[in-house]
Amino acid sequence: MELIVATAIGVLTASGVWLLLRPRTFQVIIGLSLVSYAVNLFIFSMGRLRTAAVPVVNNPAADPASYADPVPQALVLTAIVIGFAMTALFLVVLLAARGLTGTDHVDGRER
Amino acid sequence: MMTALDHLIILPILLPLVAGAAMLLLDDRHRPVKAAINVAATLLLVVVAIALVVAADAGTPVATYPLGNWPVPFAIVLVADRVAALMVLLTAVLAAGALTYALARWHAAGPSFHSLFQLLLMGLNGAFLTGDLFNLFVFFEVLLAASYGLALHGSGSIRVRAGLHYIAVNLVASFFFLVGVSLIYGVAGTLNIADLAQRIPLIPAADRGLLEAGAAVLAVAFLIKAAMWPLGFWLLATYSAASAPVAAMFAIMTKVGAYIVLRLAPLLFGAAAGPSAGFGQSWLMVGGMATIAFGAIGVLAAQSAPRLAAYSVLVSSGTLLTAAAIGDAAVTAGALFYLVSSTLTIGAFFLLIELVERMRVAGADLIAVTREAYGEDEEALDEADFGSGVSFPAPLAAVGISFAVCGLLLAGLPPLSGFVAKFAMLSPLFLGTDGDPIGRASWWFLVLLILSGLSALVAMTRSGIDAFWVSREEGAVAIRMIEIAPVVALLALCMVMTVLAGPTMRYMESAAGALHAPGQYVASVLATAPVRRSGESTP
Repeated sequence: MELIVATAIGVLTASGVWLLLRPRTFQVIIGLSLVSYAVNLFIFSMGRLRTAAVPVVNNPAADPASYADPVPQALVLTAIVIGFAMTALFLVVLLAARGLTGTDHVDGRER
Repeated sequence: MMTALDHLIILPILLPLVAGAAMLLLDDRHRPVKAAINVAATLLLVVVAIALVVAADAGTPVATYPLGNWPVPFAIVLVADRVAALMVLLTAVLAAGALTYALARWHAAGPSFHSLFQLLLMGLNGAFLTGDLFNLFVFFEVLLAASYGLALHGSGSIRVRAGLHYIAVNLVASFFFLVGVSLIYGVAGTLNIADLAQRIPLIPAADRGLLEAGAAVLAVAFLIKAAMWPLGFWLLATYSAASAPVAAMFAIMTKVGAYIVLRLAPLLFGAAAGPSAGFGQSWLMVGGMATIAFGAIGVLAAQSAPRLAAYSVLVSSGTLLTAAAIGDAAVTAGALFYLVSSTLTIGAFFLLIELVERMRVAGADLIAVTREAYGEDEEALDEADFGSGVSFPAPLAAVGISFAVCGLLLAGLPPLSGFVAKFAMLSPLFLGTDGDPIGRASWWFLVLLILSGLSALVAMTRSGIDAFWVSREEGAVAIRMIEIAPVVALLALCMVMTVLAGPTMRYMESAAGALHAPGQYVASVLATAPVRRSGESTP
C-alpha cells in the first residue's frame, strides 16, 4: 500500500510541476490542481497509512492505538477547502487576463 | 474567569473580520458608509494594538488565549508577546496611513476595496498572533486571498498580468507550506509551536532528517513570502504594478515572512534544540546577503520609481533575514527596530511615489539611453481624474521634503531612524565581542549594508533630480491634503522613533531577549489552563 500511495503522490506531483511550467494559463491551473491533489494525499499519509481504523473515538475507554490519527484528516479537509477556493480565484484572474490581453499566454503576449 | 482585558488578544482578528464581513453586505453605492466603517475599525485597531503593546510591556509579557477553551496543546492558542504586539501595532499604524490615502480616490477604483482591506488586516494580525503552525497557514491564506484581490485593485492589464504570476507563485508556496507542516506533524506529532520547541530535542536520530527536511520545506514557503533571492522575483512586478495604498500595505507583507523566521529560528532551532541547533543558519545568511546585493543592484538599475521602491523592499527583507541568521539577541533587537523603521519608510515611499509621478512629465524617470532602447511600449497605468477639491497650497514643498526624508531613511544616513537601526544592528557585531575575533560574516554584513545604503542614496538622488529639477507648467499639480498628510504622518513616526530611540530600543531589546530565550514563551503557552465559568469548581 505504501508503494502505491507514494507512487501516486510522485506521479501527481511530477505531472503537476511539468504543467505548472507550461506557458498556457489553462495548463498552469490544471498543474496547480494536480499538485494540490498530491499535497492533500501527502498530508493524509502523514497520519500513517491504516485500513479499517476510524478516526473518531466514541468510547473513552478504548485503546487509542486502534484508531487512526484524526488530526491529518482535519488538516486535509481544511487544505482541500482552501486549495479549492484559491483555484477558483485563480480561474477568475485567468479569465480576466485572457479578456484583457487577448491571449492565454502566462506573460500576456505571445513570443 | 476571564476579564475583558484577556479578550483583547482576539480583538485584532475579530474586529477586522466583523467589519470586513459587515461591509460585504453593503452595496458599493454606499461607499461613504463603508469608508466610515473601515476608518472606524482601523482606528479602533490602532487603539487595541497600543493596549496590547502596553500590556505586553508592563503586565504580562506572554499573554495567551485558548480558542474555544480547548486545552493546550491540542487546540489552537493565540499568543501575544512583545514582538507579536509590536507587529500588530505596526500593521494598524501602516493601515491607518494607507487607508487615509486611499480615501482620496483609490477606494473608488474598484469594488469591495474596504472589505478586502479589513480581511487583509485580519490575516496579518492572525499570522502575528497565532501559536499554532497550521493556524498560521490558515491566516496566511486569508491574508493572501485578500492580497490577491487588492493587488488587482484598479484593474488594467499590467496589474492582471502581474497578479497572475503573483497568485501562481504564492499558491505553489502554500503547497510547500502544507508539505512542511504535515512532515513536521508526522515526525513530532504536534502543531503547537511551543510544544514543538519542547519536542525537537527529543526527536530520535533516525527521524531527525525528516524533521529537518520538513523545516526546510516550510522555510522555503516563508522565504518565498519574504522574497529572499532567488525566490523573490515575483515581488517586483506585483509591487510596482499595485495601486499606491495597496503597495504601501504590501510593505508589511514581506515582513510577515521575516517575522516568522525571526520568531521560529531561535525558538525551534535555538541553543536548546540539541543536535538540530542552528539548522539552516548558513543558508539563511547566504540567501539574506544575496538578497541585499540583488536589491542594491536593482535599486541602481530601476527604471521607474515604483520599481525602485520594490527593490528597496528586497533590500530591507534581505537585511532582516541576514540579521535573523546571525542569531544574536542584540542584533535581533536592532533588526526589530529596522523592521519598524523600514516598513514605515517604504509604506510612505510607495504613497509618495504616486504624488511625485503626478508632478512629473511622463517617462521622465527612464534613464535617457535606455529610454531609446526600450521604447515606451508598456502602457501607462490608468490616469483617473485626480478629484476636485482644494489643492494643497504648497504641494511641491511638502512632497519634496518628504522625498528627501525618504531618501535619508532608505539610505540609512544620520540623523534619522534608518541610521539608528543600522547602527543598532552592526554595533553588537563589532563592539560587544569581548575580545573574540570579528567574524567574516559580520564584515560582509557591514559592507553590504553600507553599499546598499549608498546605492539607495544614488538612486534616490537621481530620481529626485528627475522629478523635481524640471520645468513644469504652473498649477498643473493638484495634491490634496488627505493625500500628503498620511505620508507626512508615517515619516513623522520615523522621526519620533529617532527622538525616542532610547525607550524604543529598550522595548526592542526585551522583545529580542524573549525571542532568544524562549523558555518563558514555551512555559507560558503550555501552562495555559482552560478557563472556568464563575460557577464551576476546580476538579
